[in-house]
Amino acid sequence: MKQKINKENNRINDATISGIPVKIIYVPDDIKDLNYDRDLGMPGQYPYTRGVRQTMYRGRLWTMRQFSGFGTAKDTNKRYKFLLAHGETGLSVAFDFPTLYGRDSDEEISAGEVGKCGVAISSLADMETLFDGIPMAEVSTSMTINGPASVIWAFYIAAAEKQGVKSKQLRGTIQNDILKEYIAQKSWLFPPKPSMRIITDIMEFAAQHVPQWNTISISGYHIREAGSTAVQELAFTLKDGLTYVEEGIKAGLDVDVFAPRLSYFFNSHLDFFEEIAKYRAARRIWAREMKNTYKAKKPESLLLRFHTQTAGCTLTAQQPENNIVRTAFQGLAAVLGGTQSLHTNSMDETWALPTEKAVLIALRTQQLIAYETGVANVIDPLGGSYYVESLTNKMEQEAYNYFKKIDKMGGMIKAIENGYPQREIANAAYNYQKQVEQKKRTFVGVNDFILADEKLEMPILKIDHRVSEEQNKRIQTLRKKRNNAQVAKVLKELKRVCQTKENVMYPILKAVKAYATLGEICAAMKEIFGVYKEPPMF
Amino acid sequence: MDKKLRILVAKPGLDGHDRGAKVVARALRDAGFEVIYTGLHQTPDMIVATAIQEDVNAVGLSILSGAHMTIFPNVMKLLKKKKAVDILLFGGGIIPDEDKKALYKLGVGKLFGPGTDTAEIVAYLKKYFKL
Repeated sequence: MKQKINKENNRINDATISGIPVKIIYVPDDIKDLNYDRDLGMPGQYPYTRGVRQTMYRGRLWTMRQFSGFGTAKDTNKRYKFLLAHGETGLSVAFDFPTLYGRDSDEEISAGEVGKCGVAISSLADMETLFDGIPMAEVSTSMTINGPASVIWAFYIAAAEKQGVKSKQLRGTIQNDILKEYIAQKSWLFPPKPSMRIITDIMEFAAQHVPQWNTISISGYHIREAGSTAVQELAFTLKDGLTYVEEGIKAGLDVDVFAPRLSYFFNSHLDFFEEIAKYRAARRIWAREMKNTYKAKKPESLLLRFHTQTAGCTLTAQQPENNIVRTAFQGLAAVLGGTQSLHTNSMDETWALPTEKAVLIALRTQQLIAYETGVANVIDPLGGSYYVESLTNKMEQEAYNYFKKIDKMGGMIKAIENGYPQREIANAAYNYQKQVEQKKRTFVGVNDFILADEKLEMPILKIDHRVSEEQNKRIQTLRKKRNNAQVAKVLKELKRVCQTKENVMYPILKAVKAYATLGEICAAMKEIFGVYKEPPMF
Repeated sequence: MDKKLRILVAKPGLDGHDRGAKVVARALRDAGFEVIYTGLHQTPDMIVATAIQEDVNAVGLSILSGAHMTIFPNVMKLLKKKKAVDILLFGGGIIPDEDKKALYKLGVGKLFGPGTDTAEIVAYLKKYFKL
């Protein structure tokens, strides 16, 4: 086969992928100010740079959690059972766009998107089907849901109740990180102020009724996927997290009651050491800020626990099998950085949602890292490396530079309203694209080592029309069968509570149990809270 | 370019993945086009109305969500209905080859996939408009 190879040598080799300058070698002098007890500590000890648990992976491996969802609840239920049967240890629900925006499958704007990028969940009935035959008392479930997180979480709690599982037994996570929605992922519903109020209601409700639940997964993943650098991912994500803490405290909650239930979600991109340094710096910043600025007392409030997903934006449509290898390196970086759970992308994801075979290889990649390579035997094996420690310090400093800028603007919510992080990310994305096009950054198979006349020889998962037809029928049947007078009553009650300072979770749960749909509940809340509109810019 | 060509870059549906749309919008602007970006969550009606109101020469749709087989035909139909067939409809995103073929048959212009050099998009538009 004909190949195209770039003969010019203009690759950047003196900076990380995020543009942090790097030297050719690092020596003791580069970390001469490093104080072991102050800056690193033992794993499970402040400031937790080396890891959040004393025994890390010898005690318990990371959770292998593949983000998954497509078609109807029935289709996805089958995939979950497949993954659990093959050694997956936690579930992670991917919802389709209508669900992410709090819309029902049969609304006009949902046309063409039902079940495409995730599973369509429009009511408690769909959630019951999604977990049919899966023991909700045993499995931990992460749900990537933000704008309508309160409603989807209520679906989950109510579905568990139907299985006879009490809310106190439930373990899992709702992403519920609305700030990064405004910044990057863009699946918002309400404006920032009511959104923050719902989030503090969720934190309060969880503390009382669902104590093992992670109420926010503060996410850098989407910030990175939108094109940010590693430093921006670190800085904006941590600043988002600290903003939730401030809001919780402002709402009158005790920091040590809600902070232990906050977790993080990061990306693992191409630059191996930079990613590892990012995770280490994140743990240190969080521990110090929580202790010194927010006066948290419980050690659990200081621990930055995180999930990692390998970088979807680094996958290539060209020579897609290479993505297996990219993902393996990225997964390895996450493990060396001390992640608590991991999703490894499938090779075919630039083309469609993954096939069973592709997702199995992705899961096997984690099992290879865990059981074959030996890297999980020793905690933070790169700790003390002149380079990694120096880069960890540098990441931390650069994050603080961003913190200062954001504080000057009046905090993160103000900065977002001014479009500041959005602009920084768009600039970084464009800059990176230019570097790739000028071949300063190599993308194997895309701008170098290209196979001319390459043909895709991989089966692709297709979501057919059957899905939206089935979904529409299900919703319409549900609307006929349920007690509609009761639905109207609970929605009215919900609107009333939205206008008070009472916790919205209680009426939402009532509405969900009356089989009010996601779209109906969100529409009721939008009536009171309004909708967020983003000024278009590029 | 003597007379600046006007391009509308649009994000239809509920898909929030706007990195590609924004990068392409900037690259087109840097290449001398006049670029209007719709922002997110546009319906086909909104896109066609903006295209006509802004008197653009081409509309580029960016779709990751898999809704391309619904949205491209709808925009195409509306352009015809509004007698605005002189506006070129092109796009990019996650679009499998067999779907591309079906859309080309409907008269949709070139569809670009992941890994495309923005210079390729610029070259395509310049060639199409004989610049």
